Amino acid sequence: MTETNARAPETAPRIVTRNVTKVYDTVAGPMVAVDDFSLDVADGEFVCIVGPSGCGKSTYLRMLAGLDTHSSGTIQIRPGSDPKKPLNSVVFQEYAVFPWKTVIENVAFGLQMRGVGRAERLEVARYWLERVGLRKFADYYPHQISGGMKQRVSIVRALANDPEVLLMDEPLGALDAQTRIVLQDELLRIWEETRKTVVYITHSLDEAILLGDRVILMTAHPGRLLATFHIGIQRPRTVETLNTAEFAELRGAIWEQLGREVTRAMEMQS
Amino acid sequence: MSVPAERPLAAAGSPVGDATIGKPPAAGLSLPAMLGILAGVCLLWNGVLYLTGLWAPLWWLALFVDFVLIVLVAERIGRNVPPKRRKLYERTLAFGFPVLALVAWQLIVDAGILNPLWFPQPTRIAAALWDLTVHFDRFSGTSLLGRPWLIPWKFESDGWAGVWSLFAESHVWATLGRVAAGFVIGAIPGIMLGVVMGINQTVRLMLDTTLSAIYVLPKIAIFPIVMLMFADPFGEGPKIAVVALSVFFLMAINTMAGVRDIDPVFVMAGRNYGARGLPLYRHVIIPAALPVIFAGLRLALGTALIVIISIEFLRAKQGVGYMTFYYWEVLNPEKMYAGLVVVMILGVVLTYGLQWLQKKLMPWARG
Ligand SMILES: Nc1ncnc2c1ncn2[C@@H]1O[C@H](COP(=O)(O)OP(=O)(O)OP(=O)(O)O)[C@@H](O)[C@H]1O
Ligand SMILES: [Mg+2]
Repeated sequence: MTETNARAPETAPRIVTRNVTKVYDTVAGPMVAVDDFSLDVADGEFVCIVGPSGCGKSTYLRMLAGLDTHSSGTIQIRPGSDPKKPLNSVVFQEYAVFPWKTVIENVAFGLQMRGVGRAERLEVARYWLERVGLRKFADYYPHQISGGMKQRVSIVRALANDPEVLLMDEPLGALDAQTRIVLQDELLRIWEETRKTVVYITHSLDEAILLGDRVILMTAHPGRLLATFHIGIQRPRTVETLNTAEFAELRGAIWEQLGREVTRAMEMQS
Repeated sequence: MSVPAERPLAAAGSPVGDATIGKPPAAGLSLPAMLGILAGVCLLWNGVLYLTGLWAPLWWLALFVDFVLIVLVAERIGRNVPPKRRKLYERTLAFGFPVLALVAWQLIVDAGILNPLWFPQPTRIAAALWDLTVHFDRFSGTSLLGRPWLIPWKFESDGWAGVWSLFAESHVWATLGRVAAGFVIGAIPGIMLGVVMGINQTVRLMLDTTLSAIYVLPKIAIFPIVMLMFADPFGEGPKIAVVALSVFFLMAINTMAGVRDIDPVFVMAGRNYGARGLPLYRHVIIPAALPVIFAGLRLALGTALIVIISIEFLRAKQGVGYMTFYYWEVLNPEKMYAGLVVVMILGVVLTYGLQWLQKKLMPWARG
């Protein structure tokens, strides 16, 4: 475990989450989805959250995006210097690509809402579609493209919006292994260019280690912070990184510590 | 003992089974052959019944069996239709069957099995329709279409007023005008209220019960009250108002359901990407609810026609409903049927109009 972050930021954190709790009022009574969760994310940091299904990852992301309220605690995203830039853009787990807009209209949507002119926003959208290999499908409607393509549309819709913080909820979840690897590579390259602050939810520990500066593990129901791992693997990374001895070593170490953490968590619960 | 013995047997048998299952159904006979068989079997069945004197008493059974035979053969043909011919095949079924039904009707009445007074032959209904179209009824001062072929002549003599007088004498335009006016006046506020009710829980809770109660009320029952609300109870106002009311309630309830059914993730995405207020409605809520809104409009169109025809039966001096009822009263069934045909044509044309509008407004819809 290397504690040395690749780029230790001196400035105040971009995202501050302190003791956040989310309680859903259900017919069966109150249901704690996220419990006392704290996480700070530095400017330009790529943080991956891994946790079992139903542990409250999407709930946390929605609260971060301001799309859901939290029951207690504080959540803040610090605005950047450019007031025109949107604070955050979400890649939804369910894609949420609008079926009534063409692929390119979907990608340009955020810019359109910000009043960017038609020609300019279509140019930006075309650039991003090109990067994920969807240029040919610009004028298709979502029902005419595959699920994996929709997922890519949803990703570039967020990137085209150029937000301070990218919030991605299992953006590669429904892809086949090959496309997944290609897009992991593309995501690494894009991040290398843009150095955006990213909160990235995934089910795959490998993906988290490959992409993240930090990997956060959450406990199952209710979602609590289980452990944090700093990933010191040299940037720029590519999917080749997955094959390095360093990666294997790191993954082994995390698994080892993870096993201890899980046992400890289970003992604490019993 | 026998159990393990069966397993290899089944395993050995399965490839054989797969081969038979995997085979396409015996390549169909050619189209002419199929049609020939159909014609032959139909002829045989009907011929036997006819010769034994059973056709007349059992005409409904004979026709039912013919229908089943046609379905069976059409299914067979349909399985082997190449994609290029698919449209033609579907059109033939969609238009060919009604034509066949009309022919059967004609023959049955000609044969004296059904009373022509109640079921006049399609040819006589067509003749009556032609008659209604070309003749001006001096007694009521009306015609079916308003004699459009007189437009140039009238325009020359009386200008626009003359053209207008032609439209004003038409039953079809009277009905169409009432439906269109009532439809627009009812649908637009109905959709707007429905959207508000779908979004705002308070408004929904306050209005839902009332609206549902009024919705199930047959609108024709409130016609007398509506008549009293207008300065001219016998004018166009009350008729249009009742159409508008029935469309309004239906559209409000339907649109509300459509808006409530929107996947919340679309609204979240809209908001996250900066759509607030009016743009959120324009780019997210309205398009997401459009399919349900259009389904509602189609229902509303049917309701509007029912309402206007009933009202014209009751109280009108003009309109397709009035005309139909009038020819029933004077016991002219051909022209009464002709009136019903006009109502059907109106329904079909208006539905097509709505579909056209839907295609324009919802280019993303499948198929
Ligand atoms: N609107 C809601 N009302 C009540 N309970 C909810 C609501 N939304 C989510 N939950 C519950 O909160 C818990 C966390 O849900 P969430 O969607 O955040 O999980 P997740 O970690 O994203 O799971 P997955 O990995 O499967 O996407 C679940 O038990 C879920 O049933
Ligand atoms: Mg989730």
